[in-house]
Amino acid sequence: MRPILLSGHERALTQVKYNKDGDIIFSVSKDHIVCAWYSANGERLGTYHGHQGALWTVDVDPTSTLLATGGADNTMRLWEVETGKLLKTWDFGSSIKRVEFSPDGRQLLGVTEKRVGHVSSIVVYDIDAEKGTEQSDEHALRIVIDYSKATVAGFSYHAKYIIVGHEDGKISQWDGKTGEWLNEIEPHEADITDIQWAPDRTYFISASKDKTAKLIGTTDLEIMKSYATDTPLNSAAITPIKDYVILGGGQAAMDVTTTSARQGKFEARFWHKIFEEEIGRVRGHFGPLNYVAVDPTGKGYCSGGEDGYVRVHHFDKTYFDFAYEVERELGTNGTTQARI
Amino acid sequence: MAPSYDNLPSDEENDIEEEIDFSDLYEQYDVRLEESFDAFVVLDGLPVVPDENRPKLIKFILKKLNAVGKVRDGELGITMPLNDNGMTDGFAFVEFSSPKEAAAAVKQLNGSAIDKKHTMTVNKVSDIERYGREGRVNEEYTPPPVVKFEQKEHLRWWLKDIDARDQMVMFRGDHVGVFWNEKEDPPEQIIDRQHWTEAFVQWSPLGTFLTSIHAQGVQLWGGESWSRQKRFAHPGVNLVDFSPNENFLTTWSHRPITVEEGNPFLSAEEDGKNYIIWDLATGKPLRSFVTLDLPGPTTDEQGNPVKKKIQWPAFKWSSDDKYVARMTFGQSISVYELPKMNLLDKTSIKIEGVQDFEWAPASPHRDSIREYEQLFCFWTPELGSSPARVGLMTIPSKEIVRTRNLFNVSDAKLHWQSDAKYVCVKVDRHSKSKKSMATNLEIFRVQEKGVPVEVVDSLKDTVINFAWEPKGDRFVLITAGEMPVNAAVPPKTSVSFFCPEKSKGTAVGNFKHIRTIDKKNSNAIYWSPKGRFVVVATIHSQQSFELDFWDMDFEGDKDEKDKDFAANLQLMATAEHYGVTDVEWDPTGRYVATVASVFRHAAENGYHIYDFRGTLLREEAIERFKQLLWRPRPPSLLSKEEMKKVRKNLREYSQIFIEQDASRRDAGNRAVIEERRQKLESWLEWREEQVRRIIEEFGSIDGFMGKDEEKEAEDDAEVVEEIVEEIIEEREEEIS
Repeated sequence: MRPILLSGHERALTQVKYNKDGDIIFSVSKDHIVCAWYSANGERLGTYHGHQGALWTVDVDPTSTLLATGGADNTMRLWEVETGKLLKTWDFGSSIKRVEFSPDGRQLLGVTEKRVGHVSSIVVYDIDAEKGTEQSDEHALRIVIDYSKATVAGFSYHAKYIIVGHEDGKISQWDGKTGEWLNEIEPHEADITDIQWAPDRTYFISASKDKTAKLIGTTDLEIMKSYATDTPLNSAAITPIKDYVILGGGQAAMDVTTTSARQGKFEARFWHKIFEEEIGRVRGHFGPLNYVAVDPTGKGYCSGGEDGYVRVHHFDKTYFDFAYEVERELGTNGTTQARI
Repeated sequence: MAPSYDNLPSDEENDIEEEIDFSDLYEQYDVRLEESFDAFVVLDGLPVVPDENRPKLIKFILKKLNAVGKVRDGELGITMPLNDNGMTDGFAFVEFSSPKEAAAAVKQLNGSAIDKKHTMTVNKVSDIERYGREGRVNEEYTPPPVVKFEQKEHLRWWLKDIDARDQMVMFRGDHVGVFWNEKEDPPEQIIDRQHWTEAFVQWSPLGTFLTSIHAQGVQLWGGESWSRQKRFAHPGVNLVDFSPNENFLTTWSHRPITVEEGNPFLSAEEDGKNYIIWDLATGKPLRSFVTLDLPGPTTDEQGNPVKKKIQWPAFKWSSDDKYVARMTFGQSISVYELPKMNLLDKTSIKIEGVQDFEWAPASPHRDSIREYEQLFCFWTPELGSSPARVGLMTIPSKEIVRTRNLFNVSDAKLHWQSDAKYVCVKVDRHSKSKKSMATNLEIFRVQEKGVPVEVVDSLKDTVINFAWEPKGDRFVLITAGEMPVNAAVPPKTSVSFFCPEKSKGTAVGNFKHIRTIDKKNSNAIYWSPKGRFVVVATIHSQQSFELDFWDMDFEGDKDEKDKDFAANLQLMATAEHYGVTDVEWDPTGRYVATVASVFRHAAENGYHIYDFRGTLLREEAIERFKQLLWRPRPPSLLSKEEMKKVRKNLREYSQIFIEQDASRRDAGNRAVIEERRQKLESWLEWREEQVRRIIEEFGSIDGFMGKDEEKEAEDDAEVVEEIVEEIIEEREEEIS
């Protein structure tokens, strides 16, 4: 199906997110504005004004009542999804690179950037939707990353662990309650640019500038699968329903000599999650893909590009029908999610 | 006060001076004493004379010596000692003014006669030292040991491959590897060596050897172990050319060779030369030559030296390896006989104004001539009032078989058909005003009686490329409009196909134009080595990368208007390979490899492999990919009858191969499927384990709410259907 082009931003997109029901897409960009869109038709539902700088990150809680954002104005903000009301602003000494709600929506995590006089850290706040603007000023947990700075982080299943991706390609595991360091691996050779969860958060996918993406188990941090591409990756997502992963990236304009769309490799790449084989590519962006997000209901995906556009794709019937012979034989039909 | 050790100037005081590096000055002004005896020679075998005759003899010898090199200090440079009896002993020491002159004297005067009785020997003092001392040379003759016979490797082993796969060499980065072509699958590596060559690799024409190029010379590799077979020490070698039957080899270097004394491979003969022609079997040089510069300005308009284009190959081989010839531009053609490399009939063939020549690529079978001689074709431009001329000359009889006069010729190119059945002379002609250009094709039917010439002159534009069908009668050419001045984009080109008219009997009919495809960018033609199929490509272009796969004998229905043609032209497929620089058919005509080589540009280097129909089988991007070359095959050993038989029973044979292919594909598929099954099963296992552990710990998998709660929530939910109608626009229209 033809993608829907969301052209509401004036600058490069930094993150796009679906809500849990998959009917709303939130997008943030370097133009300081948060947008909410209907995923079905691409109509803009509203905007959230208040940030004073480029936005890096957005997340919505599982009930689609609260929205969290973070950006280069050194603030992390909490909004009411329905009204666009700003509920709370937390100030920091450096910009916020990533925000994420816990699976139950009662905790909010933020990654602060390392800068002169400020260490890279992970902060966690308790959130109570009932309290409205009366959210706690005090963080419930603060993890200081005193070696290679954190670029991305997220909560595991039941918020048991916090998984952190680092600039040097390492991924570390911390206790979600106490903030205690537990484990660490080095799956990549360059910046970890993204970590996204499987629907039940028992495993996740990491994307890196080293042109690979890896599927890693949450509990034991074992590298399950590896997807090697020919371009630096900015984002990777795991599709529900079908056993695929979507990788997005592209040579940054400053790194290529001839910036034709052909050379830049600005395509969303579909790989089979289990067989580690590339299945197809989706073209369209004329700049690197900064983020790919999948609809939690599995009906589509969207990508936000350096070119300032969000492209929303709804999967066709053939997408759902396709299955490898082996998958038919074992009765999974490309859908191992449904078995749990 | 006597100096004591304490008062001696300490070393430290001198340090400052010593820190400055004077070594370059020392080197420059250092007085070098002539220590070696290279400038000295010993004369022996001179007449024995008394002291009073000595000056006379010295004078006499000096005269002889000075003819070759200057003797230092004249007569004083010759020392002729006397023995106890006051007589000379028949020898003398001579000092020349330089070692070079001494060496020349040894070479030229050794063994020369002084008078009827005396023969002079001339040796270097250092040689006398080396060999003349007692014990240095064994007095007794010992026969050289006969080396035990060693079985050499089979140099054509690759032809024994049971699946008749073809080999290809790939040069990427610093690595040179040889692979079996495996069609869609990754090629099977046979060998891979780092730094195997310093410049490029090349197969010998029959595929026996792989050639590597080094600063020191050329090396040939072969056999199943890829061991070194031959070495040709041509320092600074740039290019290599083999004779068609791999008997001889030409090497060329841009820089003239300098041969140091004591070089074990080359002698003073090769000093200052650019070309060496080698005997491949012995590895010895046969003869060497200097580069002949093409006439033309040596400096451009700004006075900078012009980089001269060299003609390559300048030494052209006849098809039977018996002759090699080189043209002296505008003057003559020198034909050398092999293996002696003597000039045929001791003289070059004078052809005034000769511009180019080409040997027939096969021994031509001319009508009513029993003894097949070698043949070459040449052309000369208009000179004064005499017209331009194309000629065919036989070798060794030097008989002119056919000439043809032409007018208004700007340039001509000679294209032989691979069996030497035809030679097509592509003549670029200018109009009288010299403003517009057009091309004529003059096709000489070499095998027919009297060598008739057929002219194709229906071409409006200039022909930029032309190619005969190998072993066939058809050809393809590409024409281009005139290049506008300073245009950034080259003009569009047209591709035209020609074939002979159908005729009764065995004779080949007149050449007819089949079709022209306009508005193309194509600039290169690649025929399948077996004929019939041809790829027309656009290479070295920034904008266009098309590869058109044509079939000249399409088996489908034939257009009514084409019924008189001995061809049925059909475009089978069009492919595109970004940045393609080279196109190579495999020797069997089954596959086509296209290469984007880093020799030309650095974008998306790698290769594609197509089948002859233009179906892409495989593509691989490899950083710093340089070359892909198919290994040539020697001619088939089957007789014509046997080949006919194979062709007749092709269906039977092909059945076997189809089955083999199918079973192999099945086996491959089975392996892939098995691997996938394992992956899927282990994944499912892992997932179940993970989920079980989490449920054990937390009671549910979903962190937000328990499964049961979720269900309840769903049950509680009330479905409200709401229909909203909105009038967007109302418009009234008059309908007439």
